[in-house]
Amino acid sequence: MGFSILGLAWRSLMNRRGSALLTILAVALSVALFLGVDKVRNGARAGFDNTISGTDLIVGAPTGQINLLLYSVFRLGSATAEIRWDTYEDIAGRDDVAWTIPLSLGDNHRGFRVVGTNESYFEHYKHGGGTALRLADGAQFSDIYEAVIGADVAEELDYSIGSELVLTHGLGAGGLTDHEDKPFVVTGVLAKTGTPVDRSIHIPLEGVTAIHVGWESGTRSPFADTISEEMIRGFDLTPKSITAVFVGLEQRGTLLRTQRALNTQGGEPLLAIIPGVALGELWQVTGIVERALIAVSVFVIAVGLVSVLTSILTSLNERRREMAILRATGARPGHIFFLMVAEAAMLGFCGAIAGVLLVQLGLLIAGPILSSAYGISIGGLGISAVDGWTVLAVSGAATLIGTIPAVMALRRSLADGLTVKL
Amino acid sequence: MTTPPVIDLIDLRFAWQDGPTLLDIPEFRVDTGERVFLRGPSGSGKSTLLGLIAGVLEPQSGKVEVLGHDMTALSGPKRDALRADRLGVIFQMFNLVPYLSLVQNVTLPCRFSSSRREAAGGDSKLNDEAVRLLSRLGLSGDRLLARPVTELSVGQQQRVAVARALIGGPDLIIADEPTSALDADARDRFIELLNEEAGRSGSALLFVSHDASLAGHFDRSVDLSEINRAKGGV
Repeated sequence: MGFSILGLAWRSLMNRRGSALLTILAVALSVALFLGVDKVRNGARAGFDNTISGTDLIVGAPTGQINLLLYSVFRLGSATAEIRWDTYEDIAGRDDVAWTIPLSLGDNHRGFRVVGTNESYFEHYKHGGGTALRLADGAQFSDIYEAVIGADVAEELDYSIGSELVLTHGLGAGGLTDHEDKPFVVTGVLAKTGTPVDRSIHIPLEGVTAIHVGWESGTRSPFADTISEEMIRGFDLTPKSITAVFVGLEQRGTLLRTQRALNTQGGEPLLAIIPGVALGELWQVTGIVERALIAVSVFVIAVGLVSVLTSILTSLNERRREMAILRATGARPGHIFFLMVAEAAMLGFCGAIAGVLLVQLGLLIAGPILSSAYGISIGGLGISAVDGWTVLAVSGAATLIGTIPAVMALRRSLADGLTVKL
Repeated sequence: MTTPPVIDLIDLRFAWQDGPTLLDIPEFRVDTGERVFLRGPSGSGKSTLLGLIAGVLEPQSGKVEVLGHDMTALSGPKRDALRADRLGVIFQMFNLVPYLSLVQNVTLPCRFSSSRREAAGGDSKLNDEAVRLLSRLGLSGDRLLARPVTELSVGQQQRVAVARALIGGPDLIIADEPTSALDADARDRFIELLNEEAGRSGSALLFVSHDASLAGHFDRSVDLSEINRAKGGV
């Protein structure tokens, strides 16, 4: 029947749909900013948290723990120092250590980082709450000049099993220092993980040593060309140093003790970090910025709500007659009050819902871009409780704000009486 | 048992805030079903008087009895309820809510009063009743009923307002210069229609205008200056 006062409020609003839509847009944009900040923040955290799992300690040369975490796990930034191979062997040989993954970083191929490691990587590296790496195609490397590539590498460079790739020394996006003389053959492609693994090229540690034969000084020696592949294979290709080690313990109970032992051991100084703790420290640093962003976006929502107030207040004058007619036909002051408040609530509610949809749309578009730029898929982006609470809070605040014009309309309609003044 | 008069004013006094006394009426009454013409120049306090009778304004002193209820003794919400349930109001012009259809404008009082809704036939028959009233007033046809009210002529708008005042058969219809925007021909027809329909539903009619020539259409004609002792008005 549509005979409710709410229906009346809706029709009245539709009668002024131009300005109503603009107001809704203002609220929608402000809500979208708030939710966008919140979602990207939580999504980035979830993405980072999902990147490493099951690894108890990460060991590298002394540096900041966030720095070690960033370059070893997230392949962001670079190591300033390495640890000696015999130190690595000492760590691997400890009684409380169950497994280790050695990592040698520093080379790249067309912008994708190269990770020198061993078969232990494929067995023990876990992500997303304990999921192991899975080969989508092919097999693990078994020879020095073989490579296993991440899903994004395969997709973006259009590589498949048997593709040959030339590695670049350093982290530049290709250039003058290509190891053209030593191409690698792709033997395996990993399934998509949503972590930086997707954007990595994995080769055996020996392969890393091999491509650097003749490069010991950091630049290509004039004799490099004279070294044949057979000669290289004859060398001892055990690396002299590696960048970092992922460590799995026999018993998690010894975590702190093992960490302390590694950090304070004699010989080469080391830094052992607990990934979760380092991540926590990272979030503490970013938390300050996040809180600032949230505070700003809350203020933007307040501005959006003020625009609701503005639009209703400006409409009050032209609606004086409407109010008088309603009063004459029996509307009680409560009806007038409710009409105004309902209108504000509708503007707030529609705006908030539009904001939620706007964020979902934005993430649908921006999600893949973020993912390919940072190798982290932003998880948990669907509609969540936060969206519900935001819609509720914004509608509630709009309703509250609606009482201001409601009281004004009430006073006016009482003063006007039945005389419709122009 | 005699039915109480529809309107009974005794020693009514009213002034706008700090202005001079505008109305000072010792006695004025309208009986059930009576059609009364109240004449007065503009600014003489006619509309104010109607506001007092409708219960939207309150007098400084005196008694306003409408349908046996002492309006000054009733609380605001009770006055609103009485107006919604038993009064129909027609303005000079711009009677209609622009965003409602013809039929929705006519049924508007039924949104605020359940007894009015019941009297008009209840939820299911409400629209039919509105369409019936409109067609009695010469507004029929799906095309006409589908038009936005803002596109109607002033005469048509006023007739829609009459249908709205009549729906649910109120005991009293108050009309405040409803014909001032109509030409002479349309005006006479409009008043006849209004009279006829008010008579059919048994409603008393208080018709206010500055135009003395209309007096012949009504049972009784009263000049505001005759009943109002105050000289505050123009």
